[in-house]
Amino acid sequence: MNMKNGTIPTICREVVVIGGGPAGLAAAIAAREAGCGSVLLIERDRILGGILNQCIHDGFGLHTFGEALSGPEYADRYIGKFRDLQIEAMEETIVLSLSADRLIEVSTRGTFQRIEAGAVILAMGCRERTRGAISIPGSRPSGVYTAGAAQNFMNLENIMVGKKACILGSGDIGLIMARRMTLEGAKVEAVFEILPYSSGLPRNIQQCLNDYGIPLHLNTTVTGIVGAGRLEGIRVAQVGQDRAPIPETERFVPCDTLLLSVGLIPENELTREAGVEMDPVTGGAIVDDSFMTNVPGIFACGNVLHVHDLVDWVSMEAGEAGKFAACYVQNGSCALPCLIPVKPGSGVRYTLPQKVSGERDFVISLRVAAPWRDRSIVVRSGGREVARQRHMRLHPAEMIRIDLRKEAVAGCPSLEVVVE
Amino acid sequence: MSTREFTCVVCPNGCTIVVDVDDDETPVVTRVQGNVCRRGESWARQEVENPMRTIASSVPVDKGDFPLVSVRTNRPVPLAKIREVMEEIGKVSLSAPVEIGDVIVPSPAGCDTEVVATRRIRKIV
Repeated sequence: MNMKNGTIPTICREVVVIGGGPAGLAAAIAAREAGCGSVLLIERDRILGGILNQCIHDGFGLHTFGEALSGPEYADRYIGKFRDLQIEAMEETIVLSLSADRLIEVSTRGTFQRIEAGAVILAMGCRERTRGAISIPGSRPSGVYTAGAAQNFMNLENIMVGKKACILGSGDIGLIMARRMTLEGAKVEAVFEILPYSSGLPRNIQQCLNDYGIPLHLNTTVTGIVGAGRLEGIRVAQVGQDRAPIPETERFVPCDTLLLSVGLIPENELTREAGVEMDPVTGGAIVDDSFMTNVPGIFACGNVLHVHDLVDWVSMEAGEAGKFAACYVQNGSCALPCLIPVKPGSGVRYTLPQKVSGERDFVISLRVAAPWRDRSIVVRSGGREVARQRHMRLHPAEMIRIDLRKEAVAGCPSLEVVVE
Repeated sequence: MSTREFTCVVCPNGCTIVVDVDDDETPVVTRVQGNVCRRGESWARQEVENPMRTIASSVPVDKGDFPLVSVRTNRPVPLAKIREVMEEIGKVSLSAPVEIGDVIVPSPAGCDTEVVATRRIRKIV
C-alpha cells in the first residue's frame, strides 16, 4: 500500500466520538438527537459497551432508569438506542493520532485511513494504576493482577485467577472482586488500604466484605511481593501518619493472588498529542461549561475527563458534551466566551468545569479532599455566597454535583468552591 | 442483648445507625437509633433480622460469541441463601443464543426470585 499523502483513503464526518463505552455511546446518541447527520463512533474492542461488559454486578442506572441494572444491561439500553438511531460505528479500530485541526488517523484490522472531523468528542475512559505505578518491591511472579484485569478474565473469559487472594486498595473494583472471588470459591484473606479510610462506597464495604467476613485493614500497605514463578505471598505493614511503612509491624501473608485496586488514570495520550491543556489534579482536560477543551472543536467527557463514581453521571455528562459538539458543527461554533474561572478552595480536591460562560445553566462536579460529617459545600464569588449544599456525610469516594443557574452567577468575576 | 452499628446504604446520607438486638435464637431488633428517615429504620431492621441481597454470577455458553453469559437474580434473596443459589447457578450451562432477561434458573434454592441473563450472546456458526 502506498502510504504517501493523497493516496490514503480519507472520509469526513461531522462528529467523531473516540471510545464506545458509556460516555461515547451517550455522547454519540446526544449528538445525533441534536440533529447531527453524520456521527461516527470509533471503538477499539470488537463490541460496544466498554468496561460495563465486565461489570456483571448490579447497581447501575438507579438515577437514569430507576432500577438497579447490571453493567451489560445498562450498556444494552444505550447500544439499542445507538442502533435505532442508525449511528455509524467502527469497531476493532484504534486511533493512531489526533491533531489540533481534528484530523484523525485510524487503523482497522490492518487497514489505515484518515477521518476529517467537524468536532471530536474524547471518550476514551481510564485505565488502572499498576504495580509499576506504585512501585511495590519484590520479585515478579505471576498472580499479580489489577482488579479490573482479573474481573475481565473471570467475567468475560471464564478464567479463574487464583485460589487464595489478597487485595491492595479498597476502591470499589477491589471490593467487588473480593466478593466475586469468594462466590467463585476462592479464599480472600484480606483487603489492605494505605489510607485511614476506605476509598470505596459504604454499601460495597457492607455487601462485599462484611457479608463474607473479609477483613479490611486500614493504614496498611503491601511492602513486598514474594515468589518465584507463582506468587507465594506478600509482606504487609502498617503505615504511620506520613504513610511510610512501620518496619516492626511487617508480617508475611501467604497467598497465590494479589489484586491491585489502587486508582484509575484517565487515558489521555491522544488528548495531549492534540495540544489540549490538562488539569494536573483530575488527569483530564481543562474544559468549559460546554465540555470543550482549549482546542476549538475538541470536547471531552466521562472518565477520560475525570474519574466518576457512578456511570449515570458519565452518561449525563457525555450527553451534554454530545449536544454541544453538535451545536459546534451546526453553528460553526456555539462557543460562548468562558471567562469565569471555577476554582477548588479549602477542603475541595477539584472542580469541573474549570471555567464557565455565565450565559447558561451548568453543573459543577467536585470531589472533597477528606471524609467529613455535617458540612456544607459552598460556592462563592469573593465575599458573596452563590450556592450552598448541606451534607450529613462527605466522602472523597463520592462525586458531588451542584446545579447552578446562570442568574445565580451573574456578575461574578470568578467562583470558588469550599467545604465549610 | 447486643448492640450493632451500621452505615445505612439506603441513600448517600449514610447515617450511622445503632441497633439494639435481642439475640435469643433468631435476632430481633428492639431499638433503632441514629437514622434520619424511616427507610433507614426498616433497612436496619431488615439488615439484622433477614438481610437481602441481589447476586450476580456467570454461566458458560456453548457455541456463543463469548464463552460466558452474565446472570443475576431479578429480586433480592436472603443473604443466608446465597451459597445455595450460587451452587444452583454453578450447575447450569447453556447453548447460544441467549437473550437478556432469559430465565436461567426459575426459583433457585426455593427463593422467590429468578436468575436471569443480563447479556446477549449470539450464536456463532
